[in-house]
Amino acid sequence: MTGPAVAEGRTALAETRAGRRARPPRHQGVFWGAVGLLGELLLTAGVVVLLFFGWQLWWTDVEANRAAAQASTALTQGFEAPAETPGAVPDAKAPGGLIEGEAFALLHVPRLGQDWSRPIFEGTGVPILREGLGHYVESAAPGQVGNFAVAGHRTTWGRPFHDIETLVLGDSIVVETRDGYDVYAVTSHEIVAPTDVDVVAPVPGDPTAVPTEAMLTLTTCHPKFSAEQRYIIHARLTETFTREQGLPASILAAPAAAGQSSEENTPHQDLEQRRVVLTRLSANSGGGA
Amino acid sequence: MYSLLWRLLPGPRWLKAAQALVLALAVVAVLFLWVFPRVDPLLPFNQTTVDDGASHTVPGSPP
Repeated sequence: MTGPAVAEGRTALAETRAGRRARPPRHQGVFWGAVGLLGELLLTAGVVVLLFFGWQLWWTDVEANRAAAQASTALTQGFEAPAETPGAVPDAKAPGGLIEGEAFALLHVPRLGQDWSRPIFEGTGVPILREGLGHYVESAAPGQVGNFAVAGHRTTWGRPFHDIETLVLGDSIVVETRDGYDVYAVTSHEIVAPTDVDVVAPVPGDPTAVPTEAMLTLTTCHPKFSAEQRYIIHARLTETFTREQGLPASILAAPAAAGQSSEENTPHQDLEQRRVVLTRLSANSGGGA
Repeated sequence: MYSLLWRLLPGPRWLKAAQALVLALAVVAVLFLWVFPRVDPLLPFNQTTVDDGASHTVPGSPP
């Protein structure tokens, strides 16, 4: 290559670069600018939606598990603290003894794991259920005649009731309070409409009846990631132990493998016998479920 | 939009990239800590309580 040829080449290159940098005529610029902006906005919206699902599936669990662990530690220490001292857990059975948002009990479900436990807070508001389980304020106290009703997330926010459908009839559910331990045995599963508040009535399913038994009811969403229905578990009080007596280790021991009996007892076969009011549900029936 | 932002960021290319990364992380933090927690109760993914629409659950807070 000779000198002038190289020089020519450089000039051509420089012209090309300058040409690329030069803006297109204005009338084209407005149109393609708008198209580019729309494309960028759509891409951004897609990324935000993906981030939202990442947040739901991962970050809510991180936050909720941290809050639940803190509350559980405070409860374990607070059960032992003398009444009316700072940090002491309030007496769930004293009338008016519970303040909304306050943790007062631990729920143990051996079927979900020997060490599985979650704090129960008073009230079922959104912020409360993000930290643990929530006690329906109008329902009975643990261990007392009536219906001790508790709500919890099935998915996201620590998903305490994710595997609730694995519970088998007869399984123990233990509520640990300041006084001791109330042991319930699962009596039925139900899948109901979100508006079916009878499940948390003092006598589940019969809002006008006067209760004679101590029941426990767990409510969570169903199917997973849907608000269309509610998964309900009912249990009946079988035993109560004081804190001095302690809880027999056999109750928290891992229950028998849920093989055959589990299949017999899962709700899908129970459903036909039960009072299930699932007609065609519109997604918004009854408002804020 | 993003090319305009890139032109507005000062400094050499590596500094622009670092600033863009910090801005992106800030946006994610705002979404995670403030926006998503407020949007979540309005979406039907994880509602857990039974409610007849009356004051059965905590008034003023959708369960």
